[in-house]
Amino acid sequence: MIKKTVTELCAALASGETTSEALTRAYLDRIAEHNGALNAYITVCEDSAMAQAREADAQRAAGSTAPLLGIPIAHKDLFCTQGVLTTSGSKILHNFVSPYDATVVERMQAAGAVMLGKTNMDEFAMGSSNESSYYGAARNPWDLKKVPGGSSGGSAAAVAADLCAMATGTDTGGSIRQPAAFCGVTGLKPSYGRVSRWGMIAYASSLDQAGPLCKSAEDAALLLNVMAGVDNKDSTSIDLPAEDFSAKLNDSLDGLRVGLPKQYFTSELNPSIAAIIKTAVGELEALGATVVEIDLPNSELALSAYYVIAPAEASTNLSRFDGVRYGYRCEGPKDLEDLYKRSRSEGFGEEVKRRIMIGTYALSAGFYDAYYRKAQKIRRLVKDDYARAFEQVDVIIGPTTPSPAFGLASIKDSVTMYLEDIYTIALNLAGLPGMSVPAGYVDGLPIGMQIVASDFAEAKLLNVAHQFQRVTDWHTHKPALTANKEA
Amino acid sequence: MEFETVIGLEVHCQLATESKLFSGSATQFGAEPNTQANIFDLALPGTLPVLNEKAVAMAVKFGLAIGAEIGKHSVFDRKNYFYPDLPKGYQVSQLDYPTVGKGTLSITLDDGSEKIIGVTRAHMEEDAGKSLHEDYQGMSGIDLNRAGTPLLEIVSEPDLRSAKEAVAYLKKLHSIIRYLDISDAIMAQGSFRCDANVSIRPVGQTEFGTRTEIKNINSFKFVEKAINYEVRRQQELIEDGGRVVQETRLYDADKDETRSMRSKEVANDYRYFPEPDLLPIVIDDEFIEAIRAQLPELPDARAARFVGDFGLSDYDAGVLVASREMADFFETVAQRSGDAKLAANWVSQDLQALLNKNNWELSESPIQAERLADLILRIKDDTVSGKIAKTVFEAMLSDESSVDAIIEAKGLKQVTDSGALEGLVDQVIADNPDQAQQYRDGKVQVIGFLVGQCMKLSQGKANPAQINEILRNKL
Amino acid sequence: MAFDKSEVEKIAHLARLHLSSSESEEVAARVSDILGLIDKMQSVDTDAVAPLSHPFEAVQKLRPDVVTEPNRRDELQALAPLCQDGLFLVPKVIE
Repeated sequence: MIKKTVTELCAALASGETTSEALTRAYLDRIAEHNGALNAYITVCEDSAMAQAREADAQRAAGSTAPLLGIPIAHKDLFCTQGVLTTSGSKILHNFVSPYDATVVERMQAAGAVMLGKTNMDEFAMGSSNESSYYGAARNPWDLKKVPGGSSGGSAAAVAADLCAMATGTDTGGSIRQPAAFCGVTGLKPSYGRVSRWGMIAYASSLDQAGPLCKSAEDAALLLNVMAGVDNKDSTSIDLPAEDFSAKLNDSLDGLRVGLPKQYFTSELNPSIAAIIKTAVGELEALGATVVEIDLPNSELALSAYYVIAPAEASTNLSRFDGVRYGYRCEGPKDLEDLYKRSRSEGFGEEVKRRIMIGTYALSAGFYDAYYRKAQKIRRLVKDDYARAFEQVDVIIGPTTPSPAFGLASIKDSVTMYLEDIYTIALNLAGLPGMSVPAGYVDGLPIGMQIVASDFAEAKLLNVAHQFQRVTDWHTHKPALTANKEA
Repeated sequence: MEFETVIGLEVHCQLATESKLFSGSATQFGAEPNTQANIFDLALPGTLPVLNEKAVAMAVKFGLAIGAEIGKHSVFDRKNYFYPDLPKGYQVSQLDYPTVGKGTLSITLDDGSEKIIGVTRAHMEEDAGKSLHEDYQGMSGIDLNRAGTPLLEIVSEPDLRSAKEAVAYLKKLHSIIRYLDISDAIMAQGSFRCDANVSIRPVGQTEFGTRTEIKNINSFKFVEKAINYEVRRQQELIEDGGRVVQETRLYDADKDETRSMRSKEVANDYRYFPEPDLLPIVIDDEFIEAIRAQLPELPDARAARFVGDFGLSDYDAGVLVASREMADFFETVAQRSGDAKLAANWVSQDLQALLNKNNWELSESPIQAERLADLILRIKDDTVSGKIAKTVFEAMLSDESSVDAIIEAKGLKQVTDSGALEGLVDQVIADNPDQAQQYRDGKVQVIGFLVGQCMKLSQGKANPAQINEILRNKL
Repeated sequence: MAFDKSEVEKIAHLARLHLSSSESEEVAARVSDILGLIDKMQSVDTDAVAPLSHPFEAVQKLRPDVVTEPNRRDELQALAPLCQDGLFLVPKVIE
């Protein structure tokens, strides 16, 4: 039962084939069995999960038809959860029990979801491997010696290993899509402003966006239905007409125009991955799609601009962690400056400190124009590239990552790590929606195909992904966990 | 060498909204520490700002009142620095695109002439919390109730040339803000704060001298004193061959001096950049016109009306309109009594003296507009003389009853009964035969003495005009 | 652009980070690498391009001026490392 999709579980709960209590118990048991090896969860909420499950069953008996009633969910540990430890993967929040719920958490709860716990992540969502977590890296269920990707690595690993039915993640430069690709699950980054950021611990405010990690595109549509919508608590959330993202899943792809960016399919791309994506695109052609090559001339610069804008915003977003009102405070500060400097230096990990340094530098007197302002101009060029491309095509397809999941501790230098996000990062700059869906294997590790649509065209994205999943079964494959346990 | 003083003022005015600039916390003054600081004000992770419409409307209102350009597309920025009273580690402010652009206001100089002072800009920003320096286990205590209260920072051009002009500008600004009712603007409570940029230069020189910024000036009186001190200090420094250093200086009212704030000397690099949690504020014409329609009559226009409609002098009108409350008070008295001149005299002299003597706000006065008007009505209908009215006025301070009741109870009613007055006059003529004779002999000016005696005899209650007439007839 | 140790120290102070001498060198080297990646964008002429702050050029929403937040001081101060008399305590603030 725990291997089923949310769509299937909803049916099973509705028909009485199972109960939320039984389902929740089963996931908790599986977490108890495998989380030691996977380290996918930072916090497991056993008691409250069981209580919520029983409540969901009672509500169902009373006639409730809430869309996710009784379905067990895992939240990335940067969503604030009232009364539950919320760390953002950092020592500086090692003792932070949030006094409020994120809007996403609130909406999931209102939809009847049962919270199993909080998943592991790169510290403050800064990373592509989960290795920057203060709580140790989560592992890739397909190979425990590999990273699950990041920053939403815990959520991706938990979904892949069936330690939950569905999970939330956030994506600032690929943090949903890249771990989804590495772990062989379906991940959706909605358009910027589609989902409220209230209660999401900020990394980079103008890039961060929450979305689901799950077992199919159909599930992603269900989850987006619950997560999406304007929120008066987030000035940057956008007021759009209500939309049922499940409604167009079965639209025909006949006449769909697919763009393949020439910048993605170069000699630098792993040829096995290139082949997998070409095959996947072939499936779409078989469904009636036409394929054209498109030009995204500023693709490469997106990475440069991102590594100015994201650290700049982060450097000031993280100023609030000062050891005064909550979180980690150093022992025996001798004066105010010492309190700040030691609390922050002891509380933040290396990668976070590095990005604070870069961001502070980029905003500092004399460098603002050359870095921050320049990066914002590049940002516009990147957005314009996509706008031009979407005049020609309905979706853009390419690989999610340049390689399959890499080994733990195998990438030592920052720049190599940053290049892992080469295909995902531009979307965040442009605010576009993107998905990663499983499309094959290289060396026994899952490979993700990235599908990108224009502003607020999530329905189109989900339609393409769902139709692809109707004719393929990559998304239904499961890692052989027990076999890996010894590895 | 003769020097010229150049002053520019930065005024921080707390906008009188119910809730904070970006959160739904209350903004009341004097609440228990940290009881008006919610999760956003404490900068808990994941919290986000949402802009208060009233604060924007108030800023626009101010802009319209000083004839400023309204920024139709204004942008909030983050100003980054670490301080315990600044929970986010940045203050949300407006750098390049403030809501209020260039405007002007006019001040009246000592010689009665008008001078136009430029306002460079006025931008919205968040107030900081407070650090309390009493000893808490050897530490400072932080109260974040004030953190996030909306401020309008109003920056003047360096157009002011003396401490007196600075005070006149500040008072005018204060007056406009009170007229607009956008701030309590109480300096002692910090809802109206002023920093002064002061420099001097040799007369005739066009470049500005090096300026210092004086902070912590919390009364109009101190503005004048602090600037005068600073000008003297700079002048002596230069005359002794020294050089003014650009720095922030703190005014110490007890010692009446400014001193360098060494702790803030380290050059700050605020790393301003557009606040990504907020979008540009677009203010359309409809919004602006709706606010324009609510603009009250402002002090200059009101003074002109007082001169035109009531025949007041420029000076009297200027005094009466300085505060909106005083002007409202005057208008009520003038309308109810039907005598603007008497009303102006009583309000600007007797009442003002009373307030000054007791250090009262107008609202604290036991004599409110209606009763003062009633008193004037009794002067006009000869119930009391102008002189007796002062006695009634005094009595009204401790007696809340009506003017008529007080006059009645104290027996202060003017005697107009001709029978009674004739008896009075007869007695005075009888008591002062010499003077009576002098009058009859043609020394008519002696009548004044005789009237005085009658008044004295009546304890001031006799109607002097009637006495005068009866005396003349009888003599 | 080179990022030397003294630059590192200046920036670390602005960011209120304490870096030991060896950390400073490591950070200087790492950050210089990253700046190498970033500086690729300097090759593009963007004189005619307007900066973009948000992906969608939307407009700020306004909130009615209503007090919506109750006093939660005790609950919120339970999160704080050090409080007394309703105040957050920090080492002496010198003005």
